[in-house]
Amino acid sequence: MANVPADLKYTQEHEWARKEDDRIRVGITAFAQDQLGDVVFVELPKTGAKVTQRQAFGVVESVKAVSDLFAPVSGEVIEVNGALASAPETVNQDPYGKGWMIVVKPSKPAEWDQLLTAAQYEEFVAQSGH
Amino acid sequence: MVPFGGWDMPVQYTGILEEHRTVRSRVGLFDVSHMGEFEIDGAGALDVVQRLTTNDAASLEIGQLQYSLLCDPAGGIVDDATVYRLGAEHFMITVNASNIDKDWAWATEQVPSPGWRNVSPATGLIAVQGPRAEALVGRLADRDVTAIGYFRFARGRVARVPALISRSGYTGEDGFELYVPWDETELLWRALLESGAPDGVAPIGLGARDTLRLEMRYTLYGNDIDQTTNPLEAGLGWVVKSSKGTFIGRDAIERVRADGPRRRLVGIEMADRSIARHGYPVVKDDLVIGVVTSGSYGPSVDRSIALAYVETAQAAIGTELGVEIRGQARPAHVVRTPFYPPQVKK
Repeated sequence: MANVPADLKYTQEHEWARKEDDRIRVGITAFAQDQLGDVVFVELPKTGAKVTQRQAFGVVESVKAVSDLFAPVSGEVIEVNGALASAPETVNQDPYGKGWMIVVKPSKPAEWDQLLTAAQYEEFVAQSGH
Repeated sequence: MVPFGGWDMPVQYTGILEEHRTVRSRVGLFDVSHMGEFEIDGAGALDVVQRLTTNDAASLEIGQLQYSLLCDPAGGIVDDATVYRLGAEHFMITVNASNIDKDWAWATEQVPSPGWRNVSPATGLIAVQGPRAEALVGRLADRDVTAIGYFRFARGRVARVPALISRSGYTGEDGFELYVPWDETELLWRALLESGAPDGVAPIGLGARDTLRLEMRYTLYGNDIDQTTNPLEAGLGWVVKSSKGTFIGRDAIERVRADGPRRRLVGIEMADRSIARHGYPVVKDDLVIGVVTSGSYGPSVDRSIALAYVETAQAAIGTELGVEIRGQARPAHVVRTPFYPPQVKK
C-alpha cells in the first residue's frame, strides 16, 4: 500500500486535502501518481478561479494517460503551484510536498467533513482491487 | 500489463522515462517475441516477395534486410514489415503482432506458394538497443558482431542460443534484433540481463518503445498507418520502388504520386507541454485540417511532440497550427523529423 499520511483527507478520485488554518492545500496521492506513471504536464486553474467540490479543476497528463483533477472542496483558488509547469515530475517525486497543486479558500467549510479519512481512503483503494 | 495484439505486455517495468533514457544512454532489452515471422523458400520466392511488398527485394544481398510495406490494390497499407534475404530464393518477413493472421491470409491468398511458412510460433525475438548494445551482444556472441553493418544480419550463437543477429531496431539507437528459437528466448533474455548488469542494462516496456520510436518518426501500424492510409501521405514513399516491376498496389500508389497526396504525415511540436494524443483534431483558423496519430512527451527532446496528418498545404516546416485539446486549440508548429537524431551505425 502506498503512503497515505494520516493527517490528510482524501477523495475517491485520489486527491488529498490538507487543512492549513482557513485554507486547504490540494494535490494527488502517492497511489495516484504511481498509477499514472511519469507525469509530464499539469494544467491548473489561475489564481482567483472558482472550483466546485467533485468538479474538475485541472488535468494531469502522464506519458500513458490523461486524468482530470477533482476539487475536494468548493471555493476560490488563492495559490497555484507554478513550479509544476516546468517540473511536472515533482508530482511523482514528492506528491504530498512540493508536488502540491492548488490552495483553496473554501466557501463551504462543511464539505471538509465529507472527505475520506486516511483510513477510509486506504480501505477504498484496497477495495477497488489494488 | 496491457493487452496488445492478443498478448499481455508490460507498459513499463520501472517507469517510461527512466526506461527511455536507459536505451538512449546505456542499453535496453525488448521482448518482442509477439512479432510475426513468415518465411518463403524455394524457386520463385523472390518473385513472390517482389509482388507482395513495395520495396525492391532484388536489391538485397544475402545477409541484408530492408524496411518495406504490404499494400492492397487501392494502395492502402496492409502492414509494414522488414524483409530479410536469407538466401537467393529464401526470405523472412517480420510483421506486426496484431496483423499476423491478416497478413498470413493476405500473403498466401494474394501470392500463393508452397514455399510459405508461418514461423511466428517457433520464433522468439529480443531487441537489444542502445550505445552499449554492441559491447553486450559482442560479449555473448560466438562471432564478431562489430562486422555486422546496419540493416545487415548474420547467423551465430548468443549465450549459446542459435540466433539470427540483425543490426536493426525501432529506437534510433545502435543495436540488434535477435531472432531465436521460441523455447530458448527466456534463456537468452536472462543471459543478456546478467551479462549486461555492468552496462546498466534494463528491460524496456511498450511505453518507452513508443516514445523512442516516436522521437525517430518511425510509424506505428494502427496509429499512424493502416489500410486507409497510403505510403506517400505517410512519408514512406522511399520504400515504394515502382521501377522494380509490378506489385500489389503499385498503380494506385502511382496515381497518388502523380496527383500529389492530399494530406501528409508531419511532425509537430507543441508550444507548451500539453500532449497531443491520437485522434485529437488539428486546426488552422478555426477549421479542422488534420488529425493527430501519435503524440507524447519526447523524453530526449524534452518537448511535447506528435505526428499528424494535415492537408498538404499546411505541411511545410514551420507552419503554425493548433491542436484541439479538451476543447481548446493549443499552439503548435510543423517541425523537421526525426525529432531526435538517429544514433545508428551506418
